[in-house]
Amino acid sequence: MESSAKVDVPAVDMRGIVKRFPGVLANDHVDLTVYEGEVHALLGENGAGKSTLMNILSGLYQPDEGEIRVRGERVSFGSPKDAIRQGIGMIHQHFMLVPSFSVAENIMLGMDEPRFLLDPQKIEGTVRELSERYNLDVDPSSKIWQLSVGEQQRVEVLKMLYRGATILIMDEPTAVLTPQEVEDLFQTLRGMAKSGHTIIFISHKLDEVLAIADRITVLRRGRLEAAGVEASSVTKKELAHLMVGREVLFRIEKKPAKAGEVVMEVEDLQAEDDKGLPALKGVSLQVRSGEILGLAGVAGNGQRELAQAICGLRPVMGGVVRVHGKEVTNAAPVVLIKEGVAYIPEDRHGVGSVPNLSVAENLALRNYRWPPIGNGWRINRVALRKQAVELVQTFDIVTPSIDTPSRLLSGGNLQKMILARELSGDPRVVIAVHPTRGLDVGATEAVHRLLLQERDQGAGVLLISEDLDEILSLADRIAVIYEGQIMSVVDAEDADIEELGLQMAGTRVGAGAEKGEA
Amino acid sequence: MSTGTEGLVSGNPGPRSWRVKIERRLEQPRWLMWISPIILILAALAVGAVLLSIVGVDPRLAYSRIFSAAFGTPAGWLRGEIYPLSDTTVKATPLILTGVGVALAFRMRMWNIGAEGQLFIGAWATTGVALHLLSPETSPWIMIPAMMLAGFLGGALYGAIPGVLKAWLNVNEIITTLMLNYVAIFFNNYFIYGPWALRGFGLSPRFPRNAWLPRLMDLSDRFPIFRGLTAHLGILFGVAAVVVVWYILKYTKWGYEIRVIGDNPEAARYAGMNLKRNIVLVMMVSGGLAGLAGMSELSGVVHLLQERFSPGYGFTAIIIAWLAKLNPWGVILVSYLFGGLLVGGDQIQPFGIVQMLNGIILFVVIGGELLLQYRVRILRPERIVERAAEASGS
Repeated sequence: MESSAKVDVPAVDMRGIVKRFPGVLANDHVDLTVYEGEVHALLGENGAGKSTLMNILSGLYQPDEGEIRVRGERVSFGSPKDAIRQGIGMIHQHFMLVPSFSVAENIMLGMDEPRFLLDPQKIEGTVRELSERYNLDVDPSSKIWQLSVGEQQRVEVLKMLYRGATILIMDEPTAVLTPQEVEDLFQTLRGMAKSGHTIIFISHKLDEVLAIADRITVLRRGRLEAAGVEASSVTKKELAHLMVGREVLFRIEKKPAKAGEVVMEVEDLQAEDDKGLPALKGVSLQVRSGEILGLAGVAGNGQRELAQAICGLRPVMGGVVRVHGKEVTNAAPVVLIKEGVAYIPEDRHGVGSVPNLSVAENLALRNYRWPPIGNGWRINRVALRKQAVELVQTFDIVTPSIDTPSRLLSGGNLQKMILARELSGDPRVVIAVHPTRGLDVGATEAVHRLLLQERDQGAGVLLISEDLDEILSLADRIAVIYEGQIMSVVDAEDADIEELGLQMAGTRVGAGAEKGEA
Repeated sequence: MSTGTEGLVSGNPGPRSWRVKIERRLEQPRWLMWISPIILILAALAVGAVLLSIVGVDPRLAYSRIFSAAFGTPAGWLRGEIYPLSDTTVKATPLILTGVGVALAFRMRMWNIGAEGQLFIGAWATTGVALHLLSPETSPWIMIPAMMLAGFLGGALYGAIPGVLKAWLNVNEIITTLMLNYVAIFFNNYFIYGPWALRGFGLSPRFPRNAWLPRLMDLSDRFPIFRGLTAHLGILFGVAAVVVVWYILKYTKWGYEIRVIGDNPEAARYAGMNLKRNIVLVMMVSGGLAGLAGMSELSGVVHLLQERFSPGYGFTAIIIAWLAKLNPWGVILVSYLFGGLLVGGDQIQPFGIVQMLNGIILFVVIGGELLLQYRVRILRPERIVERAAEASGS
């Protein structure tokens, strides 16, 4: 690559990095060499040790072994401040911004200068200049809460540039963006690389990595699988093999849907979010048996509220929810459970599981009421354990034992546990919210297979996801939600990814979008 | 203060020395759960010993006095002297009842700090039944169950107040239960200085004999060894309460719901559990058990209603529930320990020593619990150097 030929001394050279956490070897003698002016992708599944390695480089963690050289000089960082002094800045997946502060104020936050008196004008000037130079369009005087997620990310980038970062680490930056925003981000990153910045791009999405990176380093289970291969010399298939350690099928085997009658519908549904602001502004959707209705949209556009309103966990302010023709608007959650509505919530730890209870008891959360587990006012522990043994096996949940507290399960296995519980009762309606968010390739495959299996057994599935690829590969019909309203509903065959992306960003597209409704 | 080079070390720090790593345990081993309270109580006694020597008391003497007063001596046991155990049982009885009630509420993360007040209201209702509702000639087979019911109901209804406030208005139960303690105590005072007063002494009249719980000494005609022993039937109420609460938690739907709500109320709501009903129910059973403690204390020990019949059993119950890790069986053990300290405290002067020990035990046990969640690993230098060499070689 031209960039690597230009400079002999790498911008970052990490050698033999070892980092242990209790019970886990997060990095096992990992090397990483990044040259100045390149976009270097760090690819790996969840738990592969990407974030750990970058947290070490950015000074958040100290390595147990190994050495780090920045531009040839050996360094040891005690804190992120030490790293930023060497020009290394990390942009985390979750933004660290104060919503009520302005862009400029957020950028100043935590800096040693100025010591006492603030000069907002001067800072705003500098920020404006930076944002123009790097094509990071954002108004320095606006407040964070007024900004879209994409803009907030730009603020994070500006924050690092303002601190003099020349080596930028971005932890899964595209996870929260629409396709268009991703394209903007890539343009910015290319521009920055051209002007001599070094970018380390953490991701588990192969297409993205191939689109943006000059060179790629692959980690698997804390070990180095490939060090700095040229992006132009590998295929997606090869990368997937390196990342997962086996062949991956990208196309999901999917039989044509046999859609039947409507099993769940909402009509003109209205609900508020946690702050009491309107989150659903008249949503109407129908889910038929034997089909998957994909609801695409950037997170935070009412998806969570929609699922909760259907399941009786959020008051419905207007409109109707029907399951199998029966009205269940504002019914208690237990009514929905009895009607055979399975709900896979987005928050696996906070809602979907009881962290300190055992896997066996977590698996009974739905059907502890009924025989064989519920027996009058008592619980039949033998039946409870028997169910757990069966489900752990059928759903391939990896756990030390059925008595292990569920908080010790990995994300993928926790999700499999939730699916096992929700799907084992032969549900008629399945509502799955971001079911594969944060899961690795293997677990994602398993979740997709299970959802399709439910569909083929005749359940109506409402799949809420922000991952367009997931929606496109699973859904039979696709709806787009934006700011609490449905933008369109189309048949999956007629869907156009560009159009969907635009609608996710709030642009109404002309007549073509409505035709699939019938 | 901070310069550009701070924290920047040129050259590898080099693992040439021993290193100690402190890391969090992922899972507490089972044996540690059982052993840790014992280790920690011994540690607390050791800290107490240091303090005792500082004030010029021989800790060995003080501890052996407390122990023999609370539990007897081997030589004494051989002679058939079991009165220390009986005395300790008397003190442990209300502690077990209140402790297991508090533990039940805590399991659902309902912070019932109001066992003392619920105990007083239970005692008040008991007194009403024994002195005013039923005639003194009522058979004990009716009298005692009626008093038990009254005590339990009194505490349960008093516990329901903060429960209802929490369930429907989301009023913080810590504040309400704490404050209702004082309301209950003064409510009681009104009756013993007013309508129920015996010549304005702050005492109610004595209960009729038929309202007394049977004591071991009542059996001394047949078993002379029981002569003078004051342990009463209430201890069986305590043990029964422990069994019932344990069974509820482990083998009933309600207990399952309590544990789910206690660990993750959001998941409980998601699973369709009725949080409001459970909050009120748990507060009622928790309060009811405290009320039963009040009944047992009056009917078994004091035999009348007076101002300070409880030295703060309901408050000690909080400590007991916590030290027992909210395990019903653990409550029995810890209650005997604290009962023993109360009895031993009567034997040694100044009384403050026992209170000091109470404080130290709580402090060390709760602090030590936290430490036991971590483990210390010592890395030997050779191994580190080896690995480093291996790493640079690869």
